[in-house]
Amino acid sequence: MSNAVGISLKGKARFGDKVLFDDLELSLKARQWTCLLGPSGIGKTTILRLLADLAAGVSFTGSIETSDGLPLAGRLAYMAQTDLLMPWLSVMDNVLIGSRLRAKVSDPDKARSLLTKLELADHLDKKPAELSGGQRQRVALARTLMEECPIVLLDEPFSALDARMRSEMQELAAEWLKDATILLVTHDPAEAARLGESIYLMSERGLRAVEPPASPAIRAVDDEAMLVCQGHLLKQLREART
Amino acid sequence: MIMARSFPLFAVLRPLAATAVILAVWQALVSYYAIPPFILPGPFRVLGTLWASWEIIFDHALITAWEVFWGLILGTLLGGLTALNLATSAVARYFVKPVLVLTQALPVFALAPLLTLWLGYGISSKILMAVLIIYFPVASSFFDGLMQTPKGWLDLAHVMKGTPRQILWRIRVPAAIPSFASGLRLAAVYAPIGAVIGEWVGASQGLGYLMLLANGRAKIDLMFAALFVLALLTLCLHIGVGKLCDRLIRHYQ
Repeated sequence: MSNAVGISLKGKARFGDKVLFDDLELSLKARQWTCLLGPSGIGKTTILRLLADLAAGVSFTGSIETSDGLPLAGRLAYMAQTDLLMPWLSVMDNVLIGSRLRAKVSDPDKARSLLTKLELADHLDKKPAELSGGQRQRVALARTLMEECPIVLLDEPFSALDARMRSEMQELAAEWLKDATILLVTHDPAEAARLGESIYLMSERGLRAVEPPASPAIRAVDDEAMLVCQGHLLKQLREART
Repeated sequence: MIMARSFPLFAVLRPLAATAVILAVWQALVSYYAIPPFILPGPFRVLGTLWASWEIIFDHALITAWEVFWGLILGTLLGGLTALNLATSAVARYFVKPVLVLTQALPVFALAPLLTLWLGYGISSKILMAVLIIYFPVASSFFDGLMQTPKGWLDLAHVMKGTPRQILWRIRVPAAIPSFASGLRLAAVYAPIGAVIGEWVGASQGLGYLMLLANGRAKIDLMFAALFVLALLTLCLHIGVGKLCDRLIRHYQ
């Protein structure tokens, strides 16, 4: 991973006449996992898409600044809820897609060693359709890691997995992305409590920072401070609606 | 019953049995009403003619097949290139697409005499006719596919800073292959129609020419024999292209 970058986003976004968020301030500290927790449809993904310079369907006025003053573009990697693997490409080719899309020389040796570390060595030539959901998400993780970006945006990447696979993927992601600046968008308080080094709660009332558990991330699935935090987050999620 | 259905021989026997029934009814009608052969020959007479005139029919069928083949190749290429051009250029979409849609208001058949006038009685006017008739279905289905690339893949490519050309060839085109295949399937059925219409308007060879000639000389049995071969040709093309499309879709979906 290259140099660590922090990001701060300030501004307001409107969706037609409706104000999606007003005077929002979100800062992602360098080399930290920042979790953005909120109910569906609240605009979490909009924030992520604004950072990624993807069409967000809103008019945004404000600023996105980086700690080193350099532009974000080209220093981001992105993982979505679906694995976004191309069904016509092998596992190997899916992992190499980034450099190929940029018309740059790709590094198959590195891809192979990454896939081996993610326990996918036996599946290099398989098509995504031949893999399980968890394996597919691991390929997507390998593709993300292949990008070697200092900033990684995660849009509920584990929410389609079952509980066991989700917890395993969280551990893999935490292990492999520990040097990157992460924004994890999630609607799952357990996930935010487990992975967050900063936690923001987004609701109709706006964005609010919540104290993360005292124990260091990533926390064990039965970590007490995490479980307390998880309960606390869920309570606040429910209260924020009224 | 279930066993019988899964037995592949029945898949072949079923249409054959249906055909046999139709032929039997046909023959019965001809025999019962004593219809003269220059109005409607019975299937046995047609079969006899097919057997006796096999070489002539085959020669003409070869010409038609050749026209259809080139029509398919060129029409698919041209339609494909148009779709790529429209999908990559907003200017082309703005100016060319309305014209393309407008041309569909024109029955392509009406152009056949013109094509013969311009290109003569040879096979080129028939190839062009086939090209014109399949051009639009191929272009429009492929174009639709190119414009409907799943958004997630395009988002990923955007974040990865992919170049427009690489995104086109590595994502948009492969993702549009199933749509392209459905256009190709239509083209396989339309192309023989184009070639035969071209032959009707003016030709000295081909199944369409042979049918017209036989009709004019009241050799209705020969006409039916040629029609049968034409149907067979179209059916083979339909099955062949269908199999190719199935493979394409299996690979890209």
